[in-house]
Amino acid sequence: MKDFLVTQFGFSLVLAALVFAVIQGAVAYCIYYERKIAAWTQDRYGPNRAGPLGLLQPIADGLKFVFKEDYIPGHVDKILFVLAPGIMFVVCGIGFLILPWGGQLDASTLPWLGSHLQPGERMLSVQVVSLNVGILYLLAVMSMSVYGVVLGGWSSNNKYSFYGAMRACAQMLAYEIPMGLTILVVVLTMGTLRLEEIAAEQAASGVWNVARHPLAALILFITALAEANRAPFDLAEAEQELVGGYHTEYGALKFGLFFLGEYASMITTSALVVVLFLGGWHVWGVSALTMEATSIWAVLAKMTVMAGKVAILIFVYMWVRWSLPRFRFDQLMRLAWKSLVPMSLGLFAAAAGLLYFGLHRSIAACLAVNAVVLAGAVAVASRGRTPITGRQANLVRQAARNDVPLAEVRT
Amino acid sequence: MLESYLTLAICILSVVVAAGGALIVAHVIGPGRRGRVKDQPYESGMPVVHDIQRRFNIRFYIIAMLFLLFDVEIVFLWPWAEAFYQSCTNGTGSIIVDDGTVATKGFLLFGMGMFFLILLLGLVYEWKKGAFEWD
Repeated sequence: MKDFLVTQFGFSLVLAALVFAVIQGAVAYCIYYERKIAAWTQDRYGPNRAGPLGLLQPIADGLKFVFKEDYIPGHVDKILFVLAPGIMFVVCGIGFLILPWGGQLDASTLPWLGSHLQPGERMLSVQVVSLNVGILYLLAVMSMSVYGVVLGGWSSNNKYSFYGAMRACAQMLAYEIPMGLTILVVVLTMGTLRLEEIAAEQAASGVWNVARHPLAALILFITALAEANRAPFDLAEAEQELVGGYHTEYGALKFGLFFLGEYASMITTSALVVVLFLGGWHVWGVSALTMEATSIWAVLAKMTVMAGKVAILIFVYMWVRWSLPRFRFDQLMRLAWKSLVPMSLGLFAAAAGLLYFGLHRSIAACLAVNAVVLAGAVAVASRGRTPITGRQANLVRQAARNDVPLAEVRT
Repeated sequence: MLESYLTLAICILSVVVAAGGALIVAHVIGPGRRGRVKDQPYESGMPVVHDIQRRFNIRFYIIAMLFLLFDVEIVFLWPWAEAFYQSCTNGTGSIIVDDGTVATKGFLLFGMGMFFLILLLGLVYEWKKGAFEWD
């Protein structure tokens, strides 16, 4: 038993259980964190009754989810209705398995467990599974959450749910394309699909990918917001028009699982952004945070740094949510198809060109092509007159069709 | 390698079991009272007007179709990116394909350039055709 725990297989299983438990707890406290940030933004107190500073609030919420009546309304498609939150939970529970949390661990430095091993005899990687298709696995798992949303909305047999699900689906599909393309930019720079190698490369060279491709990092962050259905992209659950969106008919633990899915996907996508662009567990000038430091303390330090970076990104998610108003649907689609997709296609082509000339790691060359792509996008966007949308655009079209001045149509 | 997949399978299986268990436990320990009004779809307290099995906006189909086209193309880019990276950085400027053919990095770039051009043409066509307009 003692020896099994220090093999990669046993260690991976323990790590999986550990990370899963930590993420469940982190999700609960993310909700507390979000409510406190909302309160701070809007100049109020936020939760402050349950325990000191309201710190027991997430536990109270969690208990309520479990003990509320788990009602399955008579008008729903029962199997799919129950399956949908299950899918959300599974997706949030298997996405993080691929993430590298702290480089390599020398098993002999583990207190008690590894005391019979020689230093350097057995190296464990602090990652549950290491696949050669790393990022593809993560993308595949994250796009599975569309099924949870669509099945939930469809099976509810409720108009709000249905429209919420349609919107969420269209949005998640549209934003998956720029997301895939910006990740490809990183693949063309680093030459591997393994997330642990991408993190280690950045640590070894001391250059984070965000210094090379800031525009790609920004696009990935925006698409991560959209994929998690977070404001300003939360049209799927726009309270004022759709009540709760796709989970209108859900209550008790099934609603809790949807909630969990949303917050866990925030954690997973932030961790992905951190690994791809923000250097993973690396910080400059700290000897514990290099590839060579493999003791248990160095690994714990790396995990802390990684978690800290993820927490900062999640703060930005929440900051954005409580500062920006929601998009309209036509604006959402225009942003995806008319600016993010062409920009990420441009970045991809530029990255391939740089690689051909061997300049894929040169910061100056990468920054230059990023600037060119951004300038091109700005030039296209600012060409012509101010965009008109909605009823206004219909009026203009109507005027053109009937060959009358615009003012006449308007009256 | 295979061990990784075994770990993955065990983890996925346990998460599926945990999800099923959580749903069942919550169903068992919560109270359960049925009611006539509780069985109606929630429409802000108004009586239900009609069911949802009716037509909805065609644009959602268009988005799904566009996604399908682009996503299949992007799936094609992944292995290419890896092969192109190999050909550019292994010092020989080419890679050897399984059947022994040598593919130079220029050839790979040209091939993908043609593919990319068609992709771009498609994008421009959709743009001009108004597939991205929502009004």
